[in-house]
Amino acid sequence: MAFALSNQEQLLSKIAAGNGHGEDSPYFDGWKAFESDPYHPTKNPNGVIQMGLAENLLCHELVEDWLMNNPKASICSAEGLNEFKGIANFQDYHGLPEFRNAVAKFMGKVRGNRVTFDPDRIVMSGGATGAHETVAFCLADPGDAFLVPTPYYPGFDRDLRWRTGVQLVPVVCDSSNDFKVTMEALEAAYEKAQESNIRIKGVLITNPSNPLGTFLDRETLKDIVSFINEKNIHLVCDEIYAATVFTKESSFVSIAEIIDQDIACNRNLIHIVYSLSKDMGFPGFRVGIIYSYNDQVVSCARKMSSFGLVSSQTQHLIATMLSDDQFVEKFIAESAKRIAERHKAFTWGLSQVGIGCLKSNAGLFLWMDLHHLLKEQTYEAEMALWQVIINEVKLNVSPGSSFHCPNPGWFRVCFANMDDRTMEIALSRITSFMLKNVEAKVPNKKKLCWQRSLRLSMSSRRMDDFMASPCMSPQSPLVQART
Amino acid sequence: MLSRIASCDSHGQDSSYFLGWEAYENNPYDQLHNPSGIIQMGLAENQLSFDLLESWLASNQEAVELKRNGESLFRELALFQDYHGFPDAKKELVKLMARIRGNKVKFDPNKLVLTAGSTAANETLMFCLADPGDAFLLPTPYYPGFDRDLKWRPGVEIVPIHCSSSNGFRITISALENAYQQAQTLNLKVKGVLITNPSNPLGTAMTHQELNHLINFSKSKRIHIVSDEIYSGTVFDSPSSSFISIMEAVMDRNIDESDDLWSRIHIVYSLSKDFSMPGFRVGMIYSNNERVVSAATKMSSFGLVSSQTQYLLSRMLSDKKFTCNYMKENRKRLRKRKEMLVSGLKVAGIRCLKSNAGLFCWVDMRHLLVSNTFEAEKELWKKIIFEVGLNISPGSSCHCNEPGWFRICFANITEETLQVALQRIKVFAQSCNPQMLLLQRRSIIGKWISKLSSSSSYDQEPDR
Repeated sequence: MAFALSNQEQLLSKIAAGNGHGEDSPYFDGWKAFESDPYHPTKNPNGVIQMGLAENLLCHELVEDWLMNNPKASICSAEGLNEFKGIANFQDYHGLPEFRNAVAKFMGKVRGNRVTFDPDRIVMSGGATGAHETVAFCLADPGDAFLVPTPYYPGFDRDLRWRTGVQLVPVVCDSSNDFKVTMEALEAAYEKAQESNIRIKGVLITNPSNPLGTFLDRETLKDIVSFINEKNIHLVCDEIYAATVFTKESSFVSIAEIIDQDIACNRNLIHIVYSLSKDMGFPGFRVGIIYSYNDQVVSCARKMSSFGLVSSQTQHLIATMLSDDQFVEKFIAESAKRIAERHKAFTWGLSQVGIGCLKSNAGLFLWMDLHHLLKEQTYEAEMALWQVIINEVKLNVSPGSSFHCPNPGWFRVCFANMDDRTMEIALSRITSFMLKNVEAKVPNKKKLCWQRSLRLSMSSRRMDDFMASPCMSPQSPLVQART
Repeated sequence: MLSRIASCDSHGQDSSYFLGWEAYENNPYDQLHNPSGIIQMGLAENQLSFDLLESWLASNQEAVELKRNGESLFRELALFQDYHGFPDAKKELVKLMARIRGNKVKFDPNKLVLTAGSTAANETLMFCLADPGDAFLLPTPYYPGFDRDLKWRPGVEIVPIHCSSSNGFRITISALENAYQQAQTLNLKVKGVLITNPSNPLGTAMTHQELNHLINFSKSKRIHIVSDEIYSGTVFDSPSSSFISIMEAVMDRNIDESDDLWSRIHIVYSLSKDFSMPGFRVGMIYSNNERVVSAATKMSSFGLVSSQTQYLLSRMLSDKKFTCNYMKENRKRLRKRKEMLVSGLKVAGIRCLKSNAGLFCWVDMRHLLVSNTFEAEKELWKKIIFEVGLNISPGSSCHCNEPGWFRICFANITEETLQVALQRIKVFAQSCNPQMLLLQRRSIIGKWISKLSSSSSYDQEPDR
């Protein structure tokens, strides 16, 4: 039997036989619990509520209305049928011109029209998942590495590493300064990689951040651009959450704006990854975009897009929808408003029971600080708390360690993938749990501030051990191209 | 600055063969606006049966609108990114695959992995079955895109199994063994054989004998067989008897279910050719090997099929009557079109390999070469593009090891355009140096006579 098994192993490639897909992680418990006991308002009101999925369901009815009023957008409708043949036959990897034009215009609108995007630099990919893998194939050889600030989206471990053989080197950003990316942290990570003989090919940032929900300020972005210019390495900016920015206080700055204004920057080093999965709530349609300022990368990525083109049926739908300026502007504004409302309701609800979150102004989630609930400041304690949240509070949230967070006790909670009623129920479960089990009663503001500025110490050995282990976010075997 | 993969040319698109494409794009034929332009006959697309798809859509609006019991399905579809695929879509796809094989084989939807086209399917299988530097054996001539799909990112080497016109380009035991030896000489570990059945560019379905050679070969070397059956629905002469899927061939050998040969058989399929939907990117891998299905499913994250498209398919293909009629009518039209091309070429003194599938013919223009070389083939090809005004594919781009063969597609243009093309070919063939033609013809005729006397099709040649 053992012989037969190892023979089986040899039949497959190392890539297929290994666990670089990242799904063997022990963090599956949360997903298993959800899948075996999913919440339903009437059929299973005591089931586990899914708060580990960064999906945007808040504005779907706007899109449904639009679709009803624009049957031409579907090549299957009576009104759109005359285009069926041309679209069904269209497999040109340049993509439908109207699709590229519409996406470029949309990307500009999402950035308040402060920048424009060139449709000829728009390259399709199989979702942002496909985009990241393609960019890694274009920029790095097996064994090369990208610097990624922690905490970061767990899917990067698979997308950038699995089939490409590229490595990820974490840039440690921790709670002591609200996880801000500092030049010291970047330099330290770069130096450490040099010492280990790891060739750094670039920096990967997600802006706005998953899981933090914050976006980088102009100065930090400029510093990062100077850093990569100086080292002559690439900068890949995942701006997949660009339209989820809901703050009016400060403005989201896209790397496109920095480049526009900074003539000294070598544009050949700048690449943007985008998708409609979060901003529009269409993960099922697999609309991933690579936007590179490097002509060679555009050319190469375009050829590689053959492995993950956007269905022409979907290209046509998106082109029609995003060309409707009135609809797009209304959607962007309304979506931001609803995300803001949801964010406010949730943060307020959590604060009532002494749970603080990182101050955020974007994203479909909160970065929740539960370190004060840990028995000790360790990842084991974080896992224990997580088990309690799943099994007793009946919520599936994502533990910070799956995002390579350097401080235990942080959890990502998604709030945009449910209706108002479910959100209220989730909050009430948290409230009940906190009031029953936690000694700290209603906090005062001072205490919360103190907790947030607490400098957590961890033995550096434990940190290195952790960074070396393949911690992954719970990726459900049933769902998930991207959490 | 960029990766090795980005800087090399394994994507295969710097090849001089793109000359034909460029020429076509600069000067495309149009019946009204550019009647002397270049006619595109290098594209293996099926444009013959769109009217059938359109009329089904027109009469089945309710089936395709995004509603179920009055409730909008939009949200469910917009969110559906499960890499296991839309269950109804997979159910219908395996039923379709079975139907194409005369229901002699049954497929399990749990063994099907959806991918963004068969381009992604083939690349994904390579990532699953081979490490960089390993090799797959491919019978020549083969689809040029395999160079990109296998070599570029997966880093898999291709070692050709040389097939020759002397036996209709059939795979022989000696050709298989020679290829394997060649790989050994090059220090390459052979992980499998990739066949296209029916063949692109030959347009022929594999015989029982060929499939048995492959199965024996796979058993003795313990390697995989990947069978790209993308043209299985285009078999236009009594398909249930002339097309044999690799799955059926293995079944016919009564090989025990526990034999690990089963775990090394994989099929690639797509709707691009059979259903004329290359734009929708609907590809799939079917494997009996659980670990391959598992790994490939996870890899499909890099190129899933749009849920919008999966839904359309699940509705369209669930109409059994429509699907059967479509396949039948489509095959009928393909056969008629093929016959038009073959007889038109015959008038011009040009023969084709006897074929029963595909969207193209494998055309013998050896007698029009000034010398039996690839240089001469290239010269002839350029003449055909620029003087005759046809973009066709030279055999060398398909790694054919005999100069003078060309692939000519017949299903991507209208009947009128095909007539124009045939007329141009006729004029060209007649204008070729008569002296030269006579000499070439004499030697070719001699070969034809000996072939004709041994068999009328290429199916029954001895292997050695």
